[in-house]
Amino acid sequence: MRGMRLVRFILTRLLQAVPVVLGVVVLNFLLLQLAPGDAATVLAGEAGGAPAEYIEQLRARFGLDKPVLVQLGLYLKNILFLDLGFSFRNNSPVLGLILDRLWPTLLLMGATLVISVGGGVLLGVVAAIGVRTWRDHLISVAAVIAYATPLFWVGLMLILVFSIRLDWFPTSGMEDVVAFHEGWARVVDIAHHLVLPTITLSLFYLALYTRLMRATVLEQRGAEYATTARAKGLTERAITMRHVLRNALLPVVTMAGVQVGALLGGSVVVETVFAWPGLGQLAFQSLFARDFNLLLGIFFLSACLVVIVNIVVDVIYVLLDPRIRVGSST
Amino acid sequence: MTKPFWIRFVGNARVLIGLIWLALVIVGALAAPWIAPLDPFAISGQPFVRPLDGFAFGTDSLGRSVWSGLVHGARTTLLIAVIATLGAVAFGGLVGAVSGFYGGRTDNVLMRVTEFFQTIPSFIFAILLVAVLSPSATSVVIAIATVSWPPIARIVRGEVMSLRSREFVQAAVTLGEEDFVILFRQILPNALSPLIVTGSLLVATAILTESALSFLGLGAPNFMSWGFMIGAGRSFLRDAWWLVATPGIAILLTVLSINLVGEGLNDALNPRLRTP
Amino acid sequence: MTELPRAMTGPAPAGPADPVLQIRDLSVALPAWADRRLAVNAVSLTVGRGETLCVVGESGSGKSVMARSILRLLPEPHLRIVNGQVLLDGEDLALADDRRMRQIRGGRIAMVFQEPMVSLNPLMTIGRQIEEILEVHTDWGKAERRRRVVATFEDVRLPNPDFIVGAYPHELSGGQRQRVMIAMSLVLEPRLIIADEPTTALDVTTEAQVLTLLKELQQRHGTALLFITHNFGVVAEIADRVAVMRSGELVEYGAVGDVLTNPQHPYTRALIDAVPSLVPRRHPDAPAGSTAEPILTVRGLEKTYGRPSAGPAWLARLVPAIGKGGRGAVKAVDHVDLDIMRGSAVALVGESGSGKSTLARCLIGLEAADAGSALIAGDQIVGLSRSGWRPLRSRIQMVFQDPFASLNPRTRVGDIIARGAVLQGETPAAAMAQAHDLLKLVGLEAKAAERFPHEFSGGQRQRIGIARALAVKPDILIADEPVSALDVSVQKQVLDLLDDLRRRLGLTMLFITHDLRVAAHVCEQIVVLKGGRIVEQGSTAAIFADPQHEYTRMLLASVPGRDWQSRGRNDPVDRVT
Repeated sequence: MRGMRLVRFILTRLLQAVPVVLGVVVLNFLLLQLAPGDAATVLAGEAGGAPAEYIEQLRARFGLDKPVLVQLGLYLKNILFLDLGFSFRNNSPVLGLILDRLWPTLLLMGATLVISVGGGVLLGVVAAIGVRTWRDHLISVAAVIAYATPLFWVGLMLILVFSIRLDWFPTSGMEDVVAFHEGWARVVDIAHHLVLPTITLSLFYLALYTRLMRATVLEQRGAEYATTARAKGLTERAITMRHVLRNALLPVVTMAGVQVGALLGGSVVVETVFAWPGLGQLAFQSLFARDFNLLLGIFFLSACLVVIVNIVVDVIYVLLDPRIRVGSST
Repeated sequence: MTKPFWIRFVGNARVLIGLIWLALVIVGALAAPWIAPLDPFAISGQPFVRPLDGFAFGTDSLGRSVWSGLVHGARTTLLIAVIATLGAVAFGGLVGAVSGFYGGRTDNVLMRVTEFFQTIPSFIFAILLVAVLSPSATSVVIAIATVSWPPIARIVRGEVMSLRSREFVQAAVTLGEEDFVILFRQILPNALSPLIVTGSLLVATAILTESALSFLGLGAPNFMSWGFMIGAGRSFLRDAWWLVATPGIAILLTVLSINLVGEGLNDALNPRLRTP
Repeated sequence: MTELPRAMTGPAPAGPADPVLQIRDLSVALPAWADRRLAVNAVSLTVGRGETLCVVGESGSGKSVMARSILRLLPEPHLRIVNGQVLLDGEDLALADDRRMRQIRGGRIAMVFQEPMVSLNPLMTIGRQIEEILEVHTDWGKAERRRRVVATFEDVRLPNPDFIVGAYPHELSGGQRQRVMIAMSLVLEPRLIIADEPTTALDVTTEAQVLTLLKELQQRHGTALLFITHNFGVVAEIADRVAVMRSGELVEYGAVGDVLTNPQHPYTRALIDAVPSLVPRRHPDAPAGSTAEPILTVRGLEKTYGRPSAGPAWLARLVPAIGKGGRGAVKAVDHVDLDIMRGSAVALVGESGSGKSTLARCLIGLEAADAGSALIAGDQIVGLSRSGWRPLRSRIQMVFQDPFASLNPRTRVGDIIARGAVLQGETPAAAMAQAHDLLKLVGLEAKAAERFPHEFSGGQRQRIGIARALAVKPDILIADEPVSALDVSVQKQVLDLLDDLRRRLGLTMLFITHDLRVAAHVCEQIVVLKGGRIVEQGSTAAIFADPQHEYTRMLLASVPGRDWQSRGRNDPVDRVT
């Protein structure tokens, strides 16, 4: 019963995501119009000497001799069939290039979400329980500083200390390619490479969720239902664990959903710093190759990714909060 | 509890530290030509001079003065961040005010657009914008403002909506007051403090975004900036760590100070909402 | 030691034979920044087995702080007990360690709070929340706990206990939630129940049911009950003894009959006198300008709202998918016909959700009615645009409910009042002169015009709100629950002011209230609304004497302490025969 309604809820959310995805496509199209020169020259890459016949081919494909609205229609059609075009610079279809780079980014994002949300909730609760003790002060001051630190700089400083000086972690890449690790050894190798980028990307969000969690736990502990629980004879610990924690998690879950897009943006910087072979690094490379088609494709697919993660977050929210009626009750 | 605003605000030690650092940065940025007369792009000495060895903060791979870079970089970074924030506050404030005041379908449409801009990966969008518009100070400002306005719109909308249903606004309606008078005389003055707080915190975010963009090489060309210095210095991390460390610390301290001041403003403006 | 209040210098009231709770010289300190040093100042009270002690006081009297300090539920370190003893069956709770205190909380002393919705954890089922008490205080198995919970639900007459065990708080009605709270307090049969304004958030009919239930359960279980309230009607309804508090001090303490009929302390006397009588006043001299000519004619008025979203509004904003239902709708105003005569005072009475406020908002143009017509002195107002309304603004004005939200905090009082006249074309100087006169008319000084709203008390702000409404010289004044946010003693003053102004200025008044006492005090006509429909209307005296509709009868029967005044009190106002 609840399961069925949940399925219906997910379907509704997917339906609501359609305008967002269409919006991104339109935005991409507008960006192409904004760029100097016509779309074909932009897409072919201004700096590179693409062959004239390739540019002509692009002109035909995008109907550049036709009115703008027809061009938009063609563009939409192409993208909806997941035809993101061809990257002349890389000499392969954009979609393939992106999908190759998807999973390293997902790995980095997943690890970051686990560390930042998990760690943030934990540290926030520890700080709130010991409010105005040295633990709270330590956590709060660290969070305030981490909250103000530029990601790329943290990455470089971590490399300086832990890779160059201490030599504990590799400076870049996702695995030791020349070592040809297989099976478990490869997993360990990737995990070893993952440590510094994850810490770098997590730090800001860890601080964000810690601060949010601390504030909401404190707020919720003053709520009337917590007083009721106190009047029932529960210990402070039981009140926090059984009553306050779940209520305080709700804003954190919401925030985690809101921040997914920013997280993906942060991964561009982090992947560049650590030469992590994900979407972000691909974006950086295409930027310098002035390969707009690839860049637009990355933007499109990363927006889709955010939409999907947001739906997952909504489902988690619904599971946490019984007040939200899933689907319409008839 | 009834202490005047300024005492509550400056009396907070964190705020005071933040204000002092910000004052130093702003004075430094304004006085850049006098306190750092060397052109930040000019070759002024040997490359890789260590800090305190003739140059207070050393020189970079081309022999450019790091001190000049820091001071002139403060100019660029602050200016771009403040202008972009003002743009975002103006645009987001307008969208939020209209949305919250008129409600209904207007609100629905505007909020859908706002949600859309909140959903898309904003930094990637900013990169695209700068790349498409080709890097310049203007395009960086536009890109930062374009990705920063949605939270402002949401906060202003929420405030306006709640004030709109407040009884003193309804009283103005029943007296026959015009819409724009209600919006500007009754609602906005009361919505100002969250706007100021969010706006000031947004400057910090804008600094982070600007330095990330210029770190990636998308900053305004011919303007020295902190992010650019880190980007240029990263290849020499092993041998000249100070090229990366000093501008990073400058960013960190500035963003930290703005956050401290912004939060202090929040506490001072809403004394009752203070969390312990 | 503090001096004993005057009312208490006589022989101390006979204490109960079998004391359960004894409070001796209890003092609670406020934080340094507060306007007084002690929230509770040397209070001594006793509650006996099977007895109900009502602690009455206005806001800020310290009654709730006193109640919470018994179980040490104060928000420390801001508030802390600085002196006194709290004895439960002779054991001093002030000396109990945390562990012992937890055994007492829920086990020996239970609490019922004012707002059941926020007093229950929204994310936990009702059954779990009550079982939790049994988990903490007993070593019963799951089945046994469940049996006890269901039995207690039956005890408080909750329908369908098996459903409620698995339900979440938001799935119950307000009355059901408060029954759940009462069940929660009873489940371990404590020695003492402390109820902190448990019926204040409820509608009057629900309040009556909950009070009856509490009284009945208390008698059956022999529990001592400490009941905090601001409402003398409730006191008359359930108290055995009464303690009156003001500014943290106990001013009067005695048997309910003595205190209500023969109050000793002037403050108690003033408070009791301020409670409007449920007996309608006869209005001997019809106010000037009153004629049989209708000034407001409403025909077939309708207003429908879309379905309210599920969950709180902030949630819907954060998670956009929530609450965009759209199907289903609430008819807030359902085909209302109404005639208001010039110069009359009409009460629109109903419980929450009856549509009384929506009706008023439609009449003043804050909401657009969906259908029907409404004529003010012959001019149609339904379907008017904002600009179409403007010339009619001087005909109808409103006094709002919440004096703390109805004045712009950033505007000087004089400008607030003068603005209406300026909009009607008056010069600013003339409007300001008029504002000064109006301030005097509503009982404030003219120099109040220079000050900002936050410098005034709730009652004074309400006077400013009245002056603002009068500034455009309206024919009709709508008062939307104008005293429900005020303390009793201030309520009376504002009601009397409205009554006086209406007679002097020949105003027609539409008075929206949930409180039948207030309606009886100021209005000679009454309109009873339920679910958006008018169920009964007529002269207040006739309806109070002989209500025709069953719902009206139930409303009247539910007013707490309804018998107290009509029986025992010397009412200075003429009785209706």
